[in-house]
Amino acid sequence: MIMDSDSLKLRNPEQELRQFTGRALTLWVALALAIALLVFRLFQLQVLEHDRHAARSEKNRIEVQPVAPPRGEIYDRKGRLLAGNLPVFSLMVVKERVEDLEATLALLDELIGLTAAEKAAFERRLGQRRRPLEPVTLRLRLDSEAMARLAVNRYRLPGVEIEAGLLRHYPEGPLLAHAVGSVRRLSEADLQHVDPIAYSATRFMGRLGVEAHYERALHGAVGHERVETDARGRITRTLDRMPPRAGANLTLFLDRDLQAAAVAALDGRRGAVVALDPRSGGILALASTPAYDPNEFIWGLEAERFRALQQDRDQPLFNRPVQGQYAPGSTFKPLVALAAVTEGVTDWERSLRDPGYYQLPGQSRKYRDWSWTASHGGGQGVVDLRKAIYRSSNTYFFDLGARLGPEPMASVARAFGLGDNRAVDVHGARRGLVPDSGWKQQTQGAPWYPGDSLNYAIGQGALLVTPLQLATVAATLANRGQPVRPRFLMASDTRLAELAPAPAPPLPAFAAEDYARVIDAMEAVVHRGNQRFGENGTAWAYIGRDLPYRMAGKSGTAQVVEIPQGEEYNEALLEERQRKHAWFMAFAPVEDPKIAVAVLVENGGGGSQVAAPVARAVLDAWLLSGEPSPAQVAQQ
Amino acid sequence: MSAADFRRTLRPTDRFARRQLWLRRFHLDLPLVALILLTAGYGLLILYSALDRDVVALQGQISRLAVALGVMVVVAQIDLAVLQRWAPVIYGLGMVMLVLVLLVGVQAKGAQRWLGVPGLPRFQPSELMKLAVPLMVAAFLADRPLPPTGKTVLQVLAMIAAPALLIALQPDLGTAILVAAAGFAVVLLAGIPWRWVFFAGFAGLAALPGLWMVMRDYQRQRVLTLIDPESDPLGAGWNIIQSKIAIGSGGLFGKGLFEGTQSHLNFLPESHTDFIIAVLAEELGFLGVLGLLTLYFLLLTRGLYIATQGRDGFSRLLAGGLTLTFFTYLFVNVAMVSGLLPVVGVPLPLVSYGGTSALTLLAGFGVLMAVATQPKPLAA
Repeated sequence: MIMDSDSLKLRNPEQELRQFTGRALTLWVALALAIALLVFRLFQLQVLEHDRHAARSEKNRIEVQPVAPPRGEIYDRKGRLLAGNLPVFSLMVVKERVEDLEATLALLDELIGLTAAEKAAFERRLGQRRRPLEPVTLRLRLDSEAMARLAVNRYRLPGVEIEAGLLRHYPEGPLLAHAVGSVRRLSEADLQHVDPIAYSATRFMGRLGVEAHYERALHGAVGHERVETDARGRITRTLDRMPPRAGANLTLFLDRDLQAAAVAALDGRRGAVVALDPRSGGILALASTPAYDPNEFIWGLEAERFRALQQDRDQPLFNRPVQGQYAPGSTFKPLVALAAVTEGVTDWERSLRDPGYYQLPGQSRKYRDWSWTASHGGGQGVVDLRKAIYRSSNTYFFDLGARLGPEPMASVARAFGLGDNRAVDVHGARRGLVPDSGWKQQTQGAPWYPGDSLNYAIGQGALLVTPLQLATVAATLANRGQPVRPRFLMASDTRLAELAPAPAPPLPAFAAEDYARVIDAMEAVVHRGNQRFGENGTAWAYIGRDLPYRMAGKSGTAQVVEIPQGEEYNEALLEERQRKHAWFMAFAPVEDPKIAVAVLVENGGGGSQVAAPVARAVLDAWLLSGEPSPAQVAQQ
Repeated sequence: MSAADFRRTLRPTDRFARRQLWLRRFHLDLPLVALILLTAGYGLLILYSALDRDVVALQGQISRLAVALGVMVVVAQIDLAVLQRWAPVIYGLGMVMLVLVLLVGVQAKGAQRWLGVPGLPRFQPSELMKLAVPLMVAAFLADRPLPPTGKTVLQVLAMIAAPALLIALQPDLGTAILVAAAGFAVVLLAGIPWRWVFFAGFAGLAALPGLWMVMRDYQRQRVLTLIDPESDPLGAGWNIIQSKIAIGSGGLFGKGLFEGTQSHLNFLPESHTDFIIAVLAEELGFLGVLGLLTLYFLLLTRGLYIATQGRDGFSRLLAGGLTLTFFTYLFVNVAMVSGLLPVVGVPLPLVSYGGTSALTLLAGFGVLMAVATQPKPLAA
């Protein structure tokens, strides 16, 4: 046998079969071992590591979803809804779960017809910072037809969701924009400041007004829902649920009708009205005009619209009664009067001749009364303190100022809450400014000049107050010195600290008789009429002729620009924006005050002429409306 | 001998033997048929769940299996000698089509695998090669004395490598591996010395870095994913992570049929095709998978037994090679789904949804049946 060559090798079928059988057996054992390896691997996964994989499977499937609590509602004192929640179905897109955004949008367009504005707004929101996997709104409110179309095509739209939600709604629109405030979409930046768990499902947050101050109470407590989701994150069923706790419902002292009356009385002018219940400090009306519609802000305005609002010369976004700080003008005089009689620099009998101006000893500068004219000089004759109030004599108060000096005036201002935020729950309330010699030295590096005291005494110069503060002054005068703290919250279904606020610091004991005299003089401002020229109360001609109740008031006119020496204040020559601000503060009825107001009309001109009618309209609306409010009924 | 005489020779009580006989007339092997039907039936049950109880899709799969079983019966009738003679022709035809696929094939999912002939359903020549390569190798080796000489082995390796390379170029690495494995199985059975096998194995290991160099990015990614799936849990690692979670969470007894959360909530990808065993593992647990693997093991055992009973070298090599090919399918799929091998597109034999793979497999079983039932020619 030749072994070298293949072709010559003889075949041995027996041996080949034996060899094959041997090989087959070996391979059979090998594949048995291989299958045993697979079995071991499965045993490892399914038995040894079972717990770990089972846990991961549950984690895959079960998602704990936070459930947003319904935000508390806000009502006015008569139970009228000021801020509520509107159920809406919104079209949301979770970008991370959409495979092809463009195709998805095209399909949605085909199904429900997207407007260009919707697309643009969507793009904008998509660009904003947001939480990962946070749905982005494409359409806020879906009608039933659109919902049906979307439901049918759901399988073609991964990452597109219909979300049932509650949308904040302000049925009164602009009327209470500055008082009630509004919510805004919660941004990534906001999330740095709030409890991330409590807000995990929340989309909106109070930003202004009552909505902002009571954010915690209105928000409620987040709930949780354990849901089963598929790999796309779609919920297949709810396993269990811990319901959220709804936010507190708030009832405010505000009266919608009174607010409407105040806004109507302002009649489109730039201005502010604050009306307080002097007994409780409850804010009955807080109007700022012009205003804006808070409903527009909830989802964020388009940049252009927002810019327009921001750059509007009339500043609709500016909350004048709370954040506007103005010189109080002559409305400050009653306080100076109190300080002066208390300090003994004058009494109710002392009088002086008014030549129309006042000169400091040894100075030539003439500090003019408002009655001064270049052609006729001026002067209001013999003036005592009462007349100095009802005729608003600058000359008399210049004299008081010169002799009081800054400190007594500053302390009476502070006693009445100026220079401080006494409000219990008014978001963003400013403190105003009460100057004194130390303040001047610090801020301007200059000593206090006697001239500063003259300006101080007539409420000009550095002294600044907000309409809310001036209304508080009116309320405190109405209470004959009993201080109050302005507040919105009248009642709530939840116990809130603001329902029983700490009392305001008591005032120094001004004599009851002095209060009576000041109020009497303020009453004369409104009611003293039918006298000869120059003897009527400053506001009588405008509001006092037919007043069916007793009102105490004081006008004020705050200079916006300095009038040079020797020149006359001439409205016609001044730009509208340079005209004086008109003030009026009042309360009524004098014997049992139920309402105190402060009115500001920016660049309105004379306080008595312009602001006093607004104040009267508000008081009329409150006192003459015929039906007592529920709160009044309850108190009786 | 007349039919009546033949009947008389049987004992009337031996019903089983009679049926055996009837089956043999149609060239069917009862244990193999029974195991195939059991496995396919078990598979259909799992598939029904994996398809989210989609009856229409299930009916489609049942009719595909029926067609494939028909093909199996037809193939079982082919004379093995004819098959051996035609082996080079079938192989050559397959090679031509593989070249054509690369030149004018239909693209889908980034690979060029199909041959579109107008008027005919799309066709994957690589599927044909899963049968043609072991057929060719068996025919080639059977012509020569066994064990084969080195020269013969080299010729055979070239015969295996050529189609495997063409398929890898499509690119379809999974099928290329299966085709090569089918050829190697025959070579192993032909009795090449074990030391050659081990030498080749070590050479292969040594060549791994070289293989890494020629691998495409997505292939490298699959290997890296196997090593550390958690490095990209939402991307490349997703399939394998979710598959392991599905299997592991099934535990000993499973979550219950239709109760698998991983599969029914779509966490498990390809749950009715390549990853179907994860559905089984999740819903029927370790015991459920053990049942399926037992069926497979019995099938393989029967297949190898049939091979040893083959009438000649060609029959034995072919039957053994096809049985080992079936094993490769099974092993690669289960090892891939359980995270032992990188993800390659290999369906679970007889269970995964789809017709092509079932057709190829059952045609292979048809060959096994032929081997089992065609008697040895009388010794000369």
